[in-house]
Amino acid sequence: MADMTYREALRLALDEELDRDDSVFLMGEEIGRFEGSYKVTAGLWEKYGAKRVRETPISEGGFLGAGIGAAMMGMRPVVEIMTINFILVAMDQVINHAAKIRYMFGGTVGVPLVIRTPGGAGAQLTAQHSQSLEAWFAGCPGLKVVAPASVADAHGMLKTAIRDDDPVLFCENLVMYNVTGTVPDDPDHTVPFGQAAVVREGGDLTIVAHSYTVQRALRVADALARDGVEVEVVDLRTLRPLDAETVAASVRKTSRALVAEEGWATYGVSAEIVARIHALCFDDLDHPVVRVGQAEVPMPYSKPLELAALPIEAKIEAAARQLLAECGVL
Amino acid sequence: MAKAAETATGADLPDVDTTRRLFHTMALIRRFEERTEEQYTRARIGGYCHLAIGEEAATVGAIDALSEGDALFASYRDHGTALAVGSPPMAVMAELFGKETGVAHGRGGSMHLLDAARSFFGGWGIVGGHLPIAVGAALAFDQADQPHAVLCQFGDGATNTGAFHEALNLAAVWHLPIVFQAINNQYGMGTSVAQASAEPELHKRAVAYRMHGEEVDGNDVLAVREATARLLAQAREERKPALLETLTYRYRGHSVADAGKVYRTQEEITEWRKRDPITRFGLLATEHNLLSADEVEEIWQQVASEVKEAIDGALEAAFPDIDSLYEHVYGDPAWREQFARMEPGAPFGERAEERTWQT
Repeated sequence: MADMTYREALRLALDEELDRDDSVFLMGEEIGRFEGSYKVTAGLWEKYGAKRVRETPISEGGFLGAGIGAAMMGMRPVVEIMTINFILVAMDQVINHAAKIRYMFGGTVGVPLVIRTPGGAGAQLTAQHSQSLEAWFAGCPGLKVVAPASVADAHGMLKTAIRDDDPVLFCENLVMYNVTGTVPDDPDHTVPFGQAAVVREGGDLTIVAHSYTVQRALRVADALARDGVEVEVVDLRTLRPLDAETVAASVRKTSRALVAEEGWATYGVSAEIVARIHALCFDDLDHPVVRVGQAEVPMPYSKPLELAALPIEAKIEAAARQLLAECGVL
Repeated sequence: MAKAAETATGADLPDVDTTRRLFHTMALIRRFEERTEEQYTRARIGGYCHLAIGEEAATVGAIDALSEGDALFASYRDHGTALAVGSPPMAVMAELFGKETGVAHGRGGSMHLLDAARSFFGGWGIVGGHLPIAVGAALAFDQADQPHAVLCQFGDGATNTGAFHEALNLAAVWHLPIVFQAINNQYGMGTSVAQASAEPELHKRAVAYRMHGEEVDGNDVLAVREATARLLAQAREERKPALLETLTYRYRGHSVADAGKVYRTQEEITEWRKRDPITRFGLLATEHNLLSADEVEEIWQQVASEVKEAIDGALEAAFPDIDSLYEHVYGDPAWREQFARMEPGAPFGERAEERTWQT
């Protein structure tokens, strides 16, 4: 086991896969000499050269489309979109093209493409640089959408994504890059898609989350533990495929669920989770499922306003306490 | 009637086999599309259906210039494209009929024909959207040091999309082996090139990318073939991309739902029909004794029976089994396992395990 940051775990996964498979190459803005806007690709341009770590112009629709075309020809491109906000100018390529190709061509060609991109908020980056848009993609058949919330998963899930034969949107998180953890000493460490993880066990309340919100949920669980409440935290890990079974198993045990996410809850990931809980274990619920997401405004700049908009621990905890109080647990 | 002398463009005369092949393919496409139109009115074909009648030389001349291993991308006006690469007419018609034996097993229809085994990679429905993807195919050749090139066909309407400009810029800045072929049929739906494009001489847009651009008579199959072959060779050998504009005309409307009359005059259509690509090439071939008048007639009869067989076979073919609805969404060997926990008993959790309804 090696200790490293989330950023270093991603870099290690890219390095190992570039080394393992000649068809893997990286593309993106500033990922070479500049080492990546968030330094994920630092050192790889020197190690693998300009062809396998290809710097692109600011032309997301162009180079994301090029990634799709290269993937159709059998390459395994890993395209970095600097932040998920910028993927919107390439949305046509992701939704109308990458997601549709295998199906509309009758299974005769595939798109083994990985799109890496960070979302998240909290550094006063404001409305156009603070979105968590993964739910928009997770609703689209043909795509796989994953969002690792731990350092080990960042490593293992990126390797799984690169080896997968389908297009994968790999959602990173700006706040996660400096989080530390351990990664197994195994160049073939992979984490299977479609398996959520119970990252903390408890019997009183299930909190379901993904990406950085899992870390927040764990801190809320710590706080509630001081009042004798045992919170179970389910990390979804992958949004499509979604592991509804693990969520349902937890809710059957606790009878109560809160779903938290960094994006807007309306039509969001939490909306989908609530629907699945409803379908799978409605009769086990002791209380309507509660949701916490970003305030439904474009992200403001001013720090107090930004904090008021973010789904911070205090908000999640307050929502959990209210739910528990209404159930007579607190 | 056009004189063969008008077809002399400086391109060398082809040999007999090539002449026969080019004429046969263009005639096949013409007859196939005429019968397609008829099949559409008989409701055997659904959805959109974009005919390219009149544009056969632009399609066939360019595709005939491809070498083994080169990749081809096209727009949704792609029936002729599929036939030109050699896809069996029956499999193409079966796709239009939505049958399992279609080139895309009935998943794609008219706009999404392809034949990966013949390096034809679609058949794309979003105007301009496939240009960056074609650039990616050229990039793959570059990454793997393969000596192939890409031919990317699209209509004049695509040249006003951002994707066109991004694709040309990337191809030029990365020195990729690709020829962009703008099949300028004068109208994007009902909007003329002059109305839509500040620079209506579309090939001149290559200048912005320090790329070679040229225009050619798109109704002259030999001229199209010569120009495409030359530019593809340059792309393969010198890694120089190019923009080739082939000037042509569609006789029919944008799709079968458009009569093609409100935005253009009958005189204009008549003028273009005088330059019909197949008539012209037939005259050239007979005047130069490459084909006899009898042979031309034989080819027309031959393609008529090929198309009839295609229709008959496509009619007889089965529709896809509705139990195959969820096939081909994903292709990774692990996909079923990955999605197994989404909801027990259903691939993506959207349906009950037992179907209680009928289509």
